[in-house]
Amino acid sequence: MTTAADTNAPVSAPVKGRSLWADARRRLFSNTAAVVSMIILAILTLAAIFGPMVWVHDFEHQYRDRVLESPTLVHWHIMGTDNYGRDMFARVLFGLRVSLAVALVATLVSLVIGVVWGAVAGYRGGRTDQIMMRIVDIIYSLPFIFFVIILTVTIGAHLESPVQKVILLFAAIGAVEWLTMARIVRGQSISLKHKEFVEAARAAGAGSGAIIRRHIVPNLLGPVVVYVTLTIPAVILAEAFLSFLGMGISEPLTSLGQLISLGAGQMEIASWLLIYPALTMVVTLVCFNFIGDGLRDAIDPKDR
Amino acid sequence: MFTYVLRRLLVAIPTMLIIITATFFLMRAAPGNPYALDRKLPPAIEANVRAYYNLDKPLIVQYGMYVSGLVRGDMGPSLKLKDKTVSDIIVEGLPVSAFIGAWSLLIALFVGSGLGIIAALSQNTWRDYLVMSFAVVGICIPPLVMGPLLSLLFGIQLGWLPAGGTDPRLGLTLSHAILPVMTLALPQVAIISRLMRASMIEVIRSNYVRTARAKGLSGYRVVTRHALKAAILPLISYLGPAAAGLMTGSVVIEKVFQLPGIGRQFVDGAMSRDYTVVMGVVVVYAGLIMLFNLIADILYGLLDPKVKYS
Repeated sequence: MTTAADTNAPVSAPVKGRSLWADARRRLFSNTAAVVSMIILAILTLAAIFGPMVWVHDFEHQYRDRVLESPTLVHWHIMGTDNYGRDMFARVLFGLRVSLAVALVATLVSLVIGVVWGAVAGYRGGRTDQIMMRIVDIIYSLPFIFFVIILTVTIGAHLESPVQKVILLFAAIGAVEWLTMARIVRGQSISLKHKEFVEAARAAGAGSGAIIRRHIVPNLLGPVVVYVTLTIPAVILAEAFLSFLGMGISEPLTSLGQLISLGAGQMEIASWLLIYPALTMVVTLVCFNFIGDGLRDAIDPKDR
Repeated sequence: MFTYVLRRLLVAIPTMLIIITATFFLMRAAPGNPYALDRKLPPAIEANVRAYYNLDKPLIVQYGMYVSGLVRGDMGPSLKLKDKTVSDIIVEGLPVSAFIGAWSLLIALFVGSGLGIIAALSQNTWRDYLVMSFAVVGICIPPLVMGPLLSLLFGIQLGWLPAGGTDPRLGLTLSHAILPVMTLALPQVAIISRLMRASMIEVIRSNYVRTARAKGLSGYRVVTRHALKAAILPLISYLGPAAAGLMTGSVVIEKVFQLPGIGRQFVDGAMSRDYTVVMGVVVVYAGLIMLFNLIADILYGLLDPKVKYS
């Protein structure tokens, strides 16, 4: 975790001075799985953003005469239609958009809470640190997803609009996922404070601004970036989990988890309602994981 | 050792109390009540029902009654299912959930660590890449995708195994359990194989393993007699999170495969505001997770001589 700079410092020492990030980028782009995943994910993201605008069918429009059609090129229902005669391809695109949006926002929530919590605990140290991390430990050892369920059921029932419920979902998932982030950031802050290269930089006359910019931030940023890439799929899973149980995204909005849940209920008569959303979600998750692994190897080359 | 376990158990009590308190008041903060959802009861009857379940008393009194009941092992009656206490529901459901969960955990531990060792010993060969690709895919196929797909393939298309449910006479039979267990175990197999690989690679590079090799021990004996014991340590500290993961997964697979376990009771209870059932399941699951964490810590201490209990 903490050795990224140890291994990189000598490399960046020569006069030419390749930066830590240039090195990381070169290593990342030589990782085939990560590069392929980035390309696929870019396509999926573009499809999620622009797909629903340009696709011939609207995700909510019900074609009463085309109920439960299997995938066909007639009328361009390439993923078939559901039991209300809605085009599945349009629904998968829209579901992907919602799932990605939930993932990004909830990850951001967890990022903010986790970084602040971890940094404060790490820098203050002592008693503050002990109490704060004890809280994290306790929450960590609980079946916390059960609290998320209770939270969405109880507070969710107060809310009227689907948009408010989506915001609640962001908050609830983000509130669970920050724990690991807090641990990582705390560990990094503590170990960085006492690192030799920080002392060396100080001895060489670097000001604290330069030390923070050149040494602390890059070393803190690395693990955080890696963990964010791995949090996004975890959040997509959490959202799918809740939507699957009927507690997440609700009509008229849709998400991949909700589509899978609906598809699972009708898989005996219309397997395409299950297979396409499931496939989309698995591909998305695999991409995020490969990118996360690639980033970790690139930024922290210790484990290769 | 004894005092360590005792102290851990003492710490568990306030933790449990916090969980119970949080769940209790969160649940009651919800609008609506157990009787608002189904057909409207006449006001007089509803008042009677509420009085019977003590729902008319002040919240803090209800809380006190609940906790004192819990201490005596009484989790109260279910508010929705007539003539059933929460204890009945848990006694009925827990064996189903525990059966599936225990098998999943066993399979995950053995298959996962086996795959991890194979990958570590043949690092950077096709075998390693195969296992690690499988692990990434396994992590990315959650129970809510795998469950319906397996059920569709083996249950409906091929007809080899029951697509879900339990035997009307025998309850949960082995053939009914295979698909749920596979579904639940897969992500854990994947995670454990990755953990085991990383840990094994670190151990086989260490000096004492090199010494064992230099003494002329065969590769097999070096692994089983020297490396394995040290490599298995991270796996043990993963026991707690694994148990939590299995319990989370159980909620999904019990819905997918229509199993009468306590995960499903929890979801149904949360949806219909059956306060006591929700509380009961949370108490049982939290207790189990704490138990698993304790077992993990004790095992860790027994296996790792560097850890001292004080």
